[in-house]
Amino acid sequence: MIMQNDALIEIKNLSMYFPITKGIIRQHKVAEIKAVDRVSMVIRRGETLGLVGESGSGKTTLGRCITQLLCPTSGEVNFEGVNLCTMKKEELRLLRLGMQIIFQDPYDSLDPRMKAFKIVAEPLLVHTKTRGKALADRIAELLQIVGLDPGMINRYPHEFSGGQRQRLGIARALAIHPKFIVCDEPISALDVSIQAQIINLLEDLQTEFDLTYLFIAHDLSVVRHISHRVAVMYLGRIVEIANRDDLYLYAKHPYTIALLSAVPIPDPEVEETRERIILTGDPPSPINLPPGCSFHERCPGCIDICRMEAPELREVGKDHRVACHLA
Amino acid sequence: MNPLLQIKDLKTYFRMDYGLVKAVDGVSYELNEGETLGLVGESGCGKSVGALSILRLIPEPPGEIAGGEILFQGKDLLKANPDELRDIRGNKIAMIFQEPMTSLNPVLAIGFQIGEALELHRRMGKGDARREALRLLKMVGIPDAERRIDDYPHQFSGGMRQRVMIAMGLSCNPKLLIADEPTTAVDVTIQAQLLEVIKELTSRLGTSVIIITHNLGVVARYVNRMAVMYAGRIVESGTAHGVYSKPSHPYTIGLLASVPRLDKPRTSRLVPIEGQPPNLVNLPPGCSFYPRCSFRVERCTLERPELRPVEEGHHAACWVDVRK
Repeated sequence: MIMQNDALIEIKNLSMYFPITKGIIRQHKVAEIKAVDRVSMVIRRGETLGLVGESGSGKTTLGRCITQLLCPTSGEVNFEGVNLCTMKKEELRLLRLGMQIIFQDPYDSLDPRMKAFKIVAEPLLVHTKTRGKALADRIAELLQIVGLDPGMINRYPHEFSGGQRQRLGIARALAIHPKFIVCDEPISALDVSIQAQIINLLEDLQTEFDLTYLFIAHDLSVVRHISHRVAVMYLGRIVEIANRDDLYLYAKHPYTIALLSAVPIPDPEVEETRERIILTGDPPSPINLPPGCSFHERCPGCIDICRMEAPELREVGKDHRVACHLA
Repeated sequence: MNPLLQIKDLKTYFRMDYGLVKAVDGVSYELNEGETLGLVGESGCGKSVGALSILRLIPEPPGEIAGGEILFQGKDLLKANPDELRDIRGNKIAMIFQEPMTSLNPVLAIGFQIGEALELHRRMGKGDARREALRLLKMVGIPDAERRIDDYPHQFSGGMRQRVMIAMGLSCNPKLLIADEPTTAVDVTIQAQLLEVIKELTSRLGTSVIIITHNLGVVARYVNRMAVMYAGRIVESGTAHGVYSKPSHPYTIGLLASVPRLDKPRTSRLVPIEGQPPNLVNLPPGCSFYPRCSFRVERCTLERPELRPVEEGHHAACWVDVRK
């Protein structure tokens, strides 16, 4: 694939804080959760950017802020040079044509009372004037593209298996020719033997329709397989971002290193000799972040400055940025 | 030496409106003292139902243990009466479930929940049970255990709750610990911590362990022997080394080929297993895997293969010698 370096999406200082309120009648804010905290990054046209991190690190929130399903607290999301955060609703609706989401759970993200036809037709009915025969043809075509039998259009979601439902979700996302798709853990709810089918499908679609993906996942081996670049999130911030091979071979952030070593490899012989870093403790609560680097309490190499000053992302190699005092 | 647990031709069926679901259909395996066995398979392959059958926790109806024997220390659990079962559950055989939030009681303090089994099985008084619960919490690595013993489950993180479940499971010093997807609900760094805790404690206490999981990496890292299940049956069993180095059933081969590996160079394309897992109500005659199998021959559609040895201590249920 030809990699183009121009940015499709540019995120600047994006933050999403959720308030915690107290009181029933007169609610007042007592604290806030910094789900996404001053994130800046670029998603290039035609690439797959993998986004990894543990649950609660803000991956999904970031994906939803980019597609404006959540309205960020501050910062900019530029889609082809237009800042989405300052758009009016009507303008945004048109720009949304270019971006879609594939959700994690194919059981919850399809309306159980809609037939397959209606599920895939909905975006077309909302955004385009395709009706009648043209609509039916387009839907049959979409089902074929994602590897479903077009004869299944009159079935309800419960009549499909997990993998087939995820294909239906992908068909829905493709319906209006998006440029950019957020894949939010698209395979974690699927069986191991089905995951590879869906990954291959996503790769084929990317080549065929010049798609750009933000691929959110917690499985690092899958992310390595599908991504061109990878960003690692911890407690709302990006702690490392690099080209795929640089990240997997020369990870610099202690959290990335620990994450990579925690992935068990399906081979007992490799596992016997492999060095493992077991992190102690849990991630701290995003409400009371410790001062300094938010990883310092679990970090094996923590020094004094880590407890006082939060490190900013800085360049350590070509296209390789790390937020760590020690890197 | 007799094995600790011997399962012979276990059959667990569910009578549903839409037909008879053969969730476990003729499964046999054994487990020695101090050994760790991994049961691998996808959702719906019967691995959890098989484990629940050992403790007789299958809801009847619609479920029913239709046949077989479960010999624990030589005694058939399928013939045990309710009193004998109570003496075994949580005492000699303990279980850790996947979802620690739904398996802990949300309105009772952690210390009380751990102590409950101790009071029942080990006839401890309230004070002793509490002291023992505290010791167990420290043992599984709960920081600041003195203060946290009176906390409620919602005040713990997912990983901490699972540690509490482990403490509870090991409280009566069981002979056998069944861990049903113990780390599926937690993140990788926490998964590594928890498995390390389970491994360290059970080897210290000499507890045998059955780990049920769909994660091939977890099995490779932590078990001695393993069994791969598909559609209610064991299709391959052997030592972890044997199965991973020479997988001998097309399903195992397919599974291992379909997951990307971090230690190998990145491949340009994954090799998936085509098709869908079968519907357990209408299993095809013959081998349940043949519709998805790339090695199939005519015999596979007609006759169901039984497990047969392919090597010392390594069995596979396949008509074709796939290792050639």
